[in-house]
Amino acid sequence: MIASMMLAAINWHSVLFLVFAGLACAFAVAVVVADNIVRMAFYLVLSLGSTAGLFFLAGAEFIGSMQLMIYVGGTLVLLVFGVMLTAQAPFISIKTSTNDRVLAGVVGAALLVVLLQAAFSVEAWRRPGVGEVANPSATPLGMALLGVRVDDPPAGTSPSLVRSGYLLPFEIVSVHLLVVLVGAAYLARAKRRRIPRGIETADVAASGGPR
Amino acid sequence: MNPLNPMHAPTVLASLFAVNLLSDPVSVTHYLVVGAILFTAGIVCMTVKRNALGVLMGIELVLNGANVNFVAFSSQYLQGEQTASIGLDGQAIALFVILLAAAEAAVALAITLNFYNNHSTVDIDQADDLKG
Repeated sequence: MIASMMLAAINWHSVLFLVFAGLACAFAVAVVVADNIVRMAFYLVLSLGSTAGLFFLAGAEFIGSMQLMIYVGGTLVLLVFGVMLTAQAPFISIKTSTNDRVLAGVVGAALLVVLLQAAFSVEAWRRPGVGEVANPSATPLGMALLGVRVDDPPAGTSPSLVRSGYLLPFEIVSVHLLVVLVGAAYLARAKRRRIPRGIETADVAASGGPR
Repeated sequence: MNPLNPMHAPTVLASLFAVNLLSDPVSVTHYLVVGAILFTAGIVCMTVKRNALGVLMGIELVLNGANVNFVAFSSQYLQGEQTASIGLDGQAIALFVILLAAAEAAVALAITLNFYNNHSTVDIDQADDLKG
């Protein structure tokens, strides 16, 4: 009887939030604690995937799916390739000295205290949500990226207020992404090894003719 | 009882972490706590790791923690009656952060591979060529 009452009182949205939040935080801490670079990459994938679940629970479906596709599917695959290309035996796990670990732990704990104090400081943020949400749709975000706002203005502002879209930032980001990818391809290209003239002829002479 | 009274702060904290956690709807503060933990983990990761790719993973965690906060503030689902969310702006900023993180990861990875080709190591303690 009591158990069924308690079961009825459970808010499953909160339970799912706790599951995803616990997974995201636990794997983020695991990234810090782990020494092996390959395991760190794997824990990072799980942490970012759980964060996508948090985005879905906050009603930001488009951001959550973009997180899964761009972040987990693109950026982390790139990172895993970097790990594989540099994973020589001495660099798989580079140990940090205990003094540095303790110092970073103290600084991190102080930062965490400040951030948590800020998170709990505003009373309006602690008020639970009303749980009402409009129909999930990517249209307002897509139209805003095209420069047209079709979403409702935030409460408390005058409805006649002109609000800007995101067309200019969208263009800047797209050109930025293109430039960055060209630059990355230029930086990481396979170079021909250049040997100075004198050394090359001496090397050829020492090995007894051209190879 | 006035919840703004600092004397009641411990009771508010205690009630937040008791049974209510399972039955109460999620508020913005829940998300802020998750964002704070992700951000701190990323900062510690950036400072502690000696592998250049480990530092890169710390940056990803920091950006992700900031994204959690942006999405929480933009969500209408998490806000109470009187509070106004920042609306679509938060989601748009989160999207831009994800795209810029992808660009940053590509360039940082290219620099790391270049460093690895030239120095045969990814230990950032060895990257002291510019030391005077």
